[in-house]
Amino acid sequence: MSEHLFEIDEVSKIYGPEDTGLVALSHYSFTIPEKPARIITIAGESGSGKSTLGELLLRSSPPTRGRILFQGVDIWKFSERQKRDYHRHVQAVFQDPFGVYNPFYRIQHVFDMVVNNYKLADSKPAARNMIEEALNAVGLRGDDVLRKYPHQLSGGQRQRIMIARATMLKPKFIVADEPVSMVDASLRASILDVMMKLRDEHGISFLYVTHDLSTAYQIGDQIILLYQGTVAEHGKAVDVISNPKHPYVQLLIESVPKPDPNDPWPGEVELPAEEAFRTAAATGCRFYQRCPQRMPRCEKDNPELYDVGKDRHQASCFLYE
Amino acid sequence: MQNDETVLKVDDLRVYYATSEGDVKACDGVSFEVRSGEILGLVGESGSGKSTATSGVLRTVGSPGRIVSGRVILDGDDILQLADEAMRKLRWQKLALIPQGAMNSLNPTMTISAQIADVVETHEGRQPQQVLQDRIYGLLRMVGLPARIYSMYPHELSGGMKQRACIAMSIALDPKVIVADEATSALDVVVQRVVAQTMLRIKNELNVSFIMIGHDMGLMAQVVDRLAVMYGGQLVEIAGVQDMFATPAHPYSEILIDSVPTLTERKAMRITEGITHDPRNPPTGCIFRLRCPYAMAKCAESRPALTEVRPGQSVACHLWKKDENGNYVRASV
Repeated sequence: MSEHLFEIDEVSKIYGPEDTGLVALSHYSFTIPEKPARIITIAGESGSGKSTLGELLLRSSPPTRGRILFQGVDIWKFSERQKRDYHRHVQAVFQDPFGVYNPFYRIQHVFDMVVNNYKLADSKPAARNMIEEALNAVGLRGDDVLRKYPHQLSGGQRQRIMIARATMLKPKFIVADEPVSMVDASLRASILDVMMKLRDEHGISFLYVTHDLSTAYQIGDQIILLYQGTVAEHGKAVDVISNPKHPYVQLLIESVPKPDPNDPWPGEVELPAEEAFRTAAATGCRFYQRCPQRMPRCEKDNPELYDVGKDRHQASCFLYE
Repeated sequence: MQNDETVLKVDDLRVYYATSEGDVKACDGVSFEVRSGEILGLVGESGSGKSTATSGVLRTVGSPGRIVSGRVILDGDDILQLADEAMRKLRWQKLALIPQGAMNSLNPTMTISAQIADVVETHEGRQPQQVLQDRIYGLLRMVGLPARIYSMYPHELSGGMKQRACIAMSIALDPKVIVADEATSALDVVVQRVVAQTMLRIKNELNVSFIMIGHDMGLMAQVVDRLAVMYGGQLVEIAGVQDMFATPAHPYSEILIDSVPTLTERKAMRITEGITHDPRNPPTGCIFRLRCPYAMAKCAESRPALTEVRPGQSVACHLWKKDENGNYVRASV
């Protein structure tokens, strides 16, 4: 048995032909230990490859290159039995809490499906207890929600029910892809709070995929910032966000609008006209075209991840070579 | 620059949607003013009525919705009373819209310049080629787009550039008021900043007013001059942005501001419970009372009126009462 839950080893995902296709994720390596449970944030702009990583871990599509090991076993070399176990241990919560429900069924049905598919309980009262327990873990009560139809619940409640459904299977890992972006601001905190509670009390780790750095800062243990399929910077969420090193991450964090009218953005930014081309054949730093501190070599050479602080705080920028 | 001259006045506007179980009052007696050269923010959660209120202002309410009553005064005219042809002329010329997902509202088969030219010539008639061309280049420059965009098609531009092309179109006829409906919400933060700063520059250079609809309190703090908060189809508070963030008067404004996570301090987030009411069956009295942490018996009895409790800050909440000196104070609960 490996002490790592996940080992992501030099993984690339290229859509289209391997030499000229679009690189969604490039040579990515990362390990997630079995314990302690943690919330790992993957952040970046649209098209940066953050959802691709989530899909790879959910086994929705195979990597083009590299391997993903779960408890020491390559997830694409699983036996049928291992596949079934994997989908129990690794659960998903998606962005849209409105689209995932069948509007004709009551909430009870969502839970009945899980109990029946995985034969979680041998009697009705036992099933009822399990469901109640899962709902309580996300701050809901069966009497309030099970008889209701999806449209009778708020977006925040629906998303918490999806998390409750996932926890019924006692997973080790949940991929949460933008779980709060479609929920109203005043109700987001309740979902993020549930994630922290499940980490601390149930030992469940999360891959929190988001473009919202402020929630990542509030709940994330580690953060990985992607730019066009490559890691710009990673480390402890608090270190990276309070002391960003990569020029892209610095620009990103400076641009998050502060909820204080007396603290305006520092100056105006210019964007280059075209999006940089990012086929597999492209070389050099992906941020070259937009970088205020670019050097001649950045156009040709690919920067590696260099140490920029404690606890594996690293940035892929030649400034720190 | 910004002064107290009112360019648009919305008075007791009501827009209802017909359903089989009775009307949904999506905009229920909303009143506000837009001043010359200001950006007025309109925030609230989805379904709070912000887009409905502005569709009433623009007279674009479609079935099953209808404008029930109210007045919208622009330049001395009540635009709700105008004939259709007069209203058609007024759109773009005095009142322009940057719609939600504006970047998908561009015509994919026309170049950017042809679309802007179309707006100009529809309203002002045929123009000499050179005059029109210079004007379009001027508009592109104004929103910070390079001249070569002129002959490009929408699919050749990034989201932020398309959004700025829409802004260029909205200012083509020098309108008094531009309604920007979630104009930056689908954009990444850096691009959002570029688009928002473009709006700020235009406001300053052209002295145009904006109604900016959104739900991101951080963005509102950066961009707007005054902020109006809506809940359940009603306007519950309106104030200068400084006052709104420093001393929010309505419990819902307070929750909205408290629930914005910051990048500077890691702290427990404020969790609010309570159920949003069914819009077909709103509560009696105050619209927010089912989620209000301070709800009292009185809140179920009567709807609080929007009252100016501090200079320039108006709130609809029963917590505010006059003390013996005639000043409004908020009851401590």
